[in-house]
Amino acid sequence: MIKVAYWPGCVARGFAPELHGAVAKVAPLLDIELVELDRANCCGAGVIAEHNQELADTLNARTFALAQRVEGAAGMMNICSTCQGAQSECRERLDASASYREHINKHLAPEGLSYRKDDEWWNKNLLWLVVEEIGLETLRSKVVRPLTGLKVAPFYGCYIVRPTRRLGFDRYPDRDKYLSMVIEALGAEPVEYAGSHKCCGFPIITMNRRTSLRQAGRHLADAIEAGADCLVTPCPLCHLNLDMQQPEAAKFVGHELGVPVLHFPQLLGLALGLSPKELGMGKHVVSTREIAKRVESLPVAAAA
Amino acid sequence: MPEYTLRIRRFDPESGEPPYWRDYKVELAPERSVLEAILTAKGQEDGSIAIRCSCRAAICGSCGVRINGRSALACNTKVGEAQETARDGVIVIEPMANMPVVKDLVTDMESVHWKKIRRVTPWLIPAEEPPADREYTVPAEAMLDVTQTMACIQCGVCMSACLSLEADPEFIGPAPLAKAYRFVGDPRDGMTEERLRDLAEDPHGLYDCTHCFSCVEVCPKDVAPMNQIMRLRRRAAEDFGIKDRNNGYGHAVAFTRLIEKYGTLHEAQLLPRTFGDGSLVKGQTEPGAVKQLLENLPTALRGLKSGKVTPKKAFFHPRLPDQKEIKRIFREIERHGERIELNLYIVGEGGDEEDAATTAAIAAAEGRQDS
Repeated sequence: MIKVAYWPGCVARGFAPELHGAVAKVAPLLDIELVELDRANCCGAGVIAEHNQELADTLNARTFALAQRVEGAAGMMNICSTCQGAQSECRERLDASASYREHINKHLAPEGLSYRKDDEWWNKNLLWLVVEEIGLETLRSKVVRPLTGLKVAPFYGCYIVRPTRRLGFDRYPDRDKYLSMVIEALGAEPVEYAGSHKCCGFPIITMNRRTSLRQAGRHLADAIEAGADCLVTPCPLCHLNLDMQQPEAAKFVGHELGVPVLHFPQLLGLALGLSPKELGMGKHVVSTREIAKRVESLPVAAAA
Repeated sequence: MPEYTLRIRRFDPESGEPPYWRDYKVELAPERSVLEAILTAKGQEDGSIAIRCSCRAAICGSCGVRINGRSALACNTKVGEAQETARDGVIVIEPMANMPVVKDLVTDMESVHWKKIRRVTPWLIPAEEPPADREYTVPAEAMLDVTQTMACIQCGVCMSACLSLEADPEFIGPAPLAKAYRFVGDPRDGMTEERLRDLAEDPHGLYDCTHCFSCVEVCPKDVAPMNQIMRLRRRAAEDFGIKDRNNGYGHAVAFTRLIEKYGTLHEAQLLPRTFGDGSLVKGQTEPGAVKQLLENLPTALRGLKSGKVTPKKAFFHPRLPDQKEIKRIFREIERHGERIELNLYIVGEGGDEEDAATTAAIAAAEGRQDS
């Protein structure tokens, strides 16, 4: 059993509630104990840092301080590539200068909080946690419904793969391959296509709709051309552009779309024997009915 | 000595043939560069391979290519390291992306890179007449902020990697925008606001960057163009309050004020506030904003239909239990009047080093808070 301070983020409780729900269902099956940080604030998604860096760093230092206070937690877990990236960026600055850190901590002091620099303390997306803390061997042993024959196209989200120097690739060089590794461990087949590590376009959906939806549409079309039955992403913001906006994106790329996009824990859950309904797969804009039917027809074995 | 297989994308426009791949085997020590590997193939096997290069030491910025899909300077990438990311043991070398190919690995830097660099008026427009009898000097500290952008060698590697440029060829792009900050951040320049307004109002300008970190990842000189774009946005919105037609200002204000109010993001209000320069009322009444809201109506209805979005969620968003603390943090930081930015290019990463500008800003901010 691994206990983590759990930061669900805004979108997983907002316009992608099926993600938060899926994590709650999947965590016990993976022996993850979640202590939800229900007093923590938005990571700022890079937008608050764009407005005021000190503010963004303080807000995330506050979240880290709340997480570091959770008794017996191995670290902090997030379920959003954007949270991972925005928080890692702030943490890099907090860790780089003692006087800066001290200054930021003064803003937290009235609340009795303080961020402590600790190179061993981590903040990991569920994807990293599954591969690095739980391990693919253990994951394989827990699979009761291998997703045989399912072709899954990975979509990472920029914030969890770049910049590699900030995101711990020196210590974990395969972090840009984890989705494919997990897809394989779950018995499915990873699909290679051009867009897996590219940008979904979401951050500029209100600034340049055409560029934004062209990006989403292209990657979806590429995945379809490569034979994907569905995509999977550890980022709910990517999910908004890839799933919720998919019918609109189709208008910008001259390609028929209609490919379901799963949240990362949903894919885990299917292989761990949960039903598509339990995982909130009915709450998608692009219908997941076809793959739900296919998955439900796969044999379920007793857990090893 | 280890042997490497290079798979080079060849193209000769005069032949009338489409591009094709050709493999070359070269023997080379692993610490030698990919450029040397290409030049070895050229020297020993096929003199017709075209590549542009000069200094071979990451100074001139001539030999930008894509190595196993990643944009980089060929001279700045060790062949042994390229082998580690090679699939099936083959190092794949292509010309840079997002620009036309002249021949083989030589791209046309003029039609994209230089054209866009000129777009940002890449020279100083002094605020006052330069002194006649001496150099136009500024304090060294005043230039620290722009040293990072001055490190740019105009190699175009970031333009090749830019994912916005890939989807929107009209996007000004990372290198030119970093260059723009070179002058926006220069204390001697007299056109700061005009420059910012011009870039903010351009539909393919300041707010066309998706924040994908590709340019940060590939830049051989750590210019971090995206960070300079964020600085430009900060200056445009915060210092000059430029309410651009692309909603850049509205989005940052809407997002920030919603977090101040609720602690987490009230997504249903983000759109109308973004379209209304941050104001919910304006976002729901102004014709321009309403038009954009209507454009988003089909998506909103699909959200409702799928059950992702409920009417309750659209109208109600809970505040965090300690929201007054979040509000206090906003108040403290936004009212002390100092811009405290820790630039890791200057202070270094994880070294617990100090830089004078940040220390001074912190002291000033804390002094103001105490008084």
